[in-house]
Amino acid sequence: MKNFEYAQPTTESEAVALLTEPKKETAILAGGTDLVGLMKRMVVTADRVVNICEIKSLQQIERDDSGSVWIGAAVCLDEFLDDKNTDEFPSAKQVIQGISSIQLQSQGTLVGELMRRPNCWYFREGHGLLADSGRMVNEGDNRYHAILGNRGPARFVNASRLAPSLITLGAQVRIIGPGKDEEQILDLASLYRTPAADSELENVLQPGQLVTHVIIPAHGDRLSAAYEVRHGEGPDQPLAAAAVSMDVVSGKVQNASIVLGQVAPEPWIASAAARSLCGKVVNEETAAIAGIEALAGAMPLSQNEYKIQLAQVAVKRAVLKAAGYDTGGLDSPMLNEPSASPSLETHIA
Amino acid sequence: MAEVTYSWPENHKARLIGKRISRLDGMEKSTGTAKYTYDINLPKQLIVRALGCPHAHCRVISVDASAAERVAGVVLVHMIKAPGPGDDPVEIRADGTLLVAVAAETEAAAAEGVSKLKVKYELLESFVDDHDLQAAEAKKRTKKAGGGIELDEALGEPGDDDDEEEWEEQKVQELFAQSKYVVEGNYGIDTITHCCLEPHGSTLHWEGDRLKVNLSTQNVSRTDDGYADALKISADEVDVHCEYIGGGFGSKFKPDYWGITAAEIAKKTGRPIKFLLTRDQELKIGGNRPSGFIDVKLGADENGVVQVWDSHHWGTSGFNGSTVSVGNFPYVFRPKNWRRRATGIITDNEPSVAWRAPNHPQACAITQTAYDDLAAKMQADSLDIFLRNLENIDSPEKSLVYAEQLRIAADLIDWRKHWHLHGKGNRRGSVVEGLGIGIHKWGGTANSSNCLLKIHPDGGVESYCGTQDLGTGTRTICAMVLAETLGLPIDAVKVNIGSSTYPFSGASGGSTTVGAVSESHRRAAQEVLAQIFDLVAGKLEVPADKLEASNGSISVVGYSDKSMSWKQACSLIGIQPLEVTSIYKRGDDSPLSSSNVAGCQMARVAVDTDTGVVKIIKMVAVQDMGLVMNRKTAESQIYGALIMSIAAALFEQRINDPKTGAFINSELDNYRLPRLGDTGELVVHFHEPESERARGVIGLGEPPAISGGAAIANAVCNATGVRVPTLPLTPKRVLDALRTAKG
Repeated sequence: MKNFEYAQPTTESEAVALLTEPKKETAILAGGTDLVGLMKRMVVTADRVVNICEIKSLQQIERDDSGSVWIGAAVCLDEFLDDKNTDEFPSAKQVIQGISSIQLQSQGTLVGELMRRPNCWYFREGHGLLADSGRMVNEGDNRYHAILGNRGPARFVNASRLAPSLITLGAQVRIIGPGKDEEQILDLASLYRTPAADSELENVLQPGQLVTHVIIPAHGDRLSAAYEVRHGEGPDQPLAAAAVSMDVVSGKVQNASIVLGQVAPEPWIASAAARSLCGKVVNEETAAIAGIEALAGAMPLSQNEYKIQLAQVAVKRAVLKAAGYDTGGLDSPMLNEPSASPSLETHIA
Repeated sequence: MAEVTYSWPENHKARLIGKRISRLDGMEKSTGTAKYTYDINLPKQLIVRALGCPHAHCRVISVDASAAERVAGVVLVHMIKAPGPGDDPVEIRADGTLLVAVAAETEAAAAEGVSKLKVKYELLESFVDDHDLQAAEAKKRTKKAGGGIELDEALGEPGDDDDEEEWEEQKVQELFAQSKYVVEGNYGIDTITHCCLEPHGSTLHWEGDRLKVNLSTQNVSRTDDGYADALKISADEVDVHCEYIGGGFGSKFKPDYWGITAAEIAKKTGRPIKFLLTRDQELKIGGNRPSGFIDVKLGADENGVVQVWDSHHWGTSGFNGSTVSVGNFPYVFRPKNWRRRATGIITDNEPSVAWRAPNHPQACAITQTAYDDLAAKMQADSLDIFLRNLENIDSPEKSLVYAEQLRIAADLIDWRKHWHLHGKGNRRGSVVEGLGIGIHKWGGTANSSNCLLKIHPDGGVESYCGTQDLGTGTRTICAMVLAETLGLPIDAVKVNIGSSTYPFSGASGGSTTVGAVSESHRRAAQEVLAQIFDLVAGKLEVPADKLEASNGSISVVGYSDKSMSWKQACSLIGIQPLEVTSIYKRGDDSPLSSSNVAGCQMARVAVDTDTGVVKIIKMVAVQDMGLVMNRKTAESQIYGALIMSIAAALFEQRINDPKTGAFINSELDNYRLPRLGDTGELVVHFHEPESERARGVIGLGEPPAISGGAAIANAVCNATGVRVPTLPLTPKRVLDALRTAKG
């Protein structure tokens, strides 16, 4: 980690001013659970670090007149979990529970999670997001890399675990800067992009811009769920993930939304998969078809074909889970039922 | 004074030994007041950061340090494994090799200095593939790593005209032809790193010509010679201290070259130096365990007893090109006829170092899987096959011990209830369950250890011993032994360890420490007590052999009114403290310690066949260890070992980039380890019949970290009916194996 200036603004406008000083590379600090590691590895070498957690307007979870819930950029994951206003977003809560690290939940912020830099080992070793226009990934070890959206030079997968569920919930973000009074509201899905050149990031933020809030519209009775295929429990990046939200009217799906995580450089909106569900009754077969549809355009790299199956399973299980069905996997309650293993003679002396 | 007969107290008389005693330093460690090497900061110290080579194989042509030297706060740039001006290029054979050190007033300045170093490299072709033996042979990256053959005497001898190898080959093939069951398999286990929570390193300074080192070490008493050799001073000019260490696992026995660098920079700058590896450097160069892959063919009779074993294994220990020692193949089991061969692969990686039970976990994981595949082929119960093959093991005297341990473990994991034939269990959704076994062995001989025990005339007790506490509770064991022997409460003794200025005690490696300190502390305490008994006997006018020490007093056996408090007794010493130094040499015949343990572990797992994810439901460890000293820390030792086994079986692996050779998952965000939720239910059972107790103390560090991998791999095979050949059993590997089996 190199030496840096530390700034702790108390208002949004102060923060923007601090982030926009010419010729200074700046970094935004909230929980620091990702940033500090990247700074220690000199992947991020900011001249100034701006801590936004003392800005009062960013510390709240509030519901506006339209029923939308605003989550400030200084709100930690466990505060989101504990807040009653967020009870109608079960898929997002499932993801945070799945992170299952008390340290990350109590230190990491929700917006910080959405902005987490890719976990690609070539990026984190300092080779840049594209790692020589994708060559290092193609020729190297790409077991965790993209199977979708990988036809350009970007091969990393978007690191956010929450983005898929929040996108299916119709979340937006409020962005301020770089101008003094500039402010915009953007669909969360539009925050992300797949970089095509080394000068581009995995999001559309310009220097001096800051995400201040995530805004999730009222969700009513709409069903939602997320399913992550994880190698182990907890904070490590899942291998594949999917989130779904849908209305079910008279037993049939309407207005489904399916977004995949850990499969592409940005959260992957699986429109065809969502359409395949519409008008159907959710069952093993329709859920499985949605999974197959979601991965129809997948192009695996040399070592990650297995992720296609994992992502298909994630979609299938997210759909079943949203509809209240057992997913049939390791977290299935069926596992806890008494075993009916065949009784066989044993040979214990 | 009568000659002291060393012994342990009888079970019913022991107050502390064999009981559950919390670590004496538990509170300090929990609250952060315990000072590890990483926590030690010296006045006016400089921080050192080093540039690790970013290439697996290259020549370092030149280093331009001018920009680094201009960084504010940088005091010195020091070449480690890099050429100075005019020097020849330096060949580097491992990613992460430390090239240049930068010493600075702050960590940030040192890191920035490192980032400004301009190094010219000439890239050389790297080779890191340890799985593919043919590829290694094609690249001339292999070395013979031993082998041998043993055939049953009944097969006769080659005749004078026979070519010996041809004759042996013919006999081996005949044995296979006679076998009722023949199993051919390929198994493997990847390289893992030691991944110490506290990275390697030191904080040190010179006092004149004397080097004082705070070192994160498993070898307090004997790293001084490493410094002395490298720095051309004598070992008596080096003091090494280590009160607490955050993990070593076999990788922290030496100063290491970065430790020497720290001393050199301290000399050059005249300042104290703090130099600990960064996380990625810790994984890249702090230590790793060699990989092992094997082609096996075994033949068994109609009862499933293996009659012939034929194997060729390979793997890498880095650029020195060794592999897992061939002597342990097949592991624990030893059929009457065996032939085995090993090939080392030279890869561009840091050489391996000892890792908890060197060679054993890999040998176990890649050979006892073949025995389980025999059970699968026979459609037999794996437990039965393991039991039947106990008739041919390398320590035949242990076969009944293993049989009993297997029986106990089977009860604890409810084998009878959960067993099904391989791949024939019930499926719930996409989930199948299975059971697996591994068995293991270890020596655990006590290391050499000396202890200076001082009894003050006011009753104070303090001991000095140059051992170290790896976190396993050594300090507590020392105190328990002294307090037990002297009849005092545990907090009445002050134990001093962790300094090379104290009497010598051996390195903590190979499960040797509890035995070592138990020997030295018990001996010293018994010697001291005999002298105090003589004094008390004179005062009370009773024979010394009628005295006993308990509850803080010395009393006559059977006459509790005839006694003297410990303090009163010590006042008889005179004005000088009573000092005794005990000496125990490794290998000395002793009633207090011995060696050779057996153990078995069983795993029950669930496998999601749609995702390839393996979940541990339960693991059982049954272990003997002679006399159990501290029941609580012994149990912890085994819990930790089980978790390490789960890590290596399901998660851990060094991943080298196939093109560049770089160790690409050298940070903890990609070097996967199990989390609490991944460990399942862990059950520990001490196998301690009276016969075990009578054997005295035997080390416990390594053995429980051996057979868990085999047990888990076998359980996954039992669940799915498909062998996933190579550990760790990642979801990708499980799915690949399932897909291959489907065809």
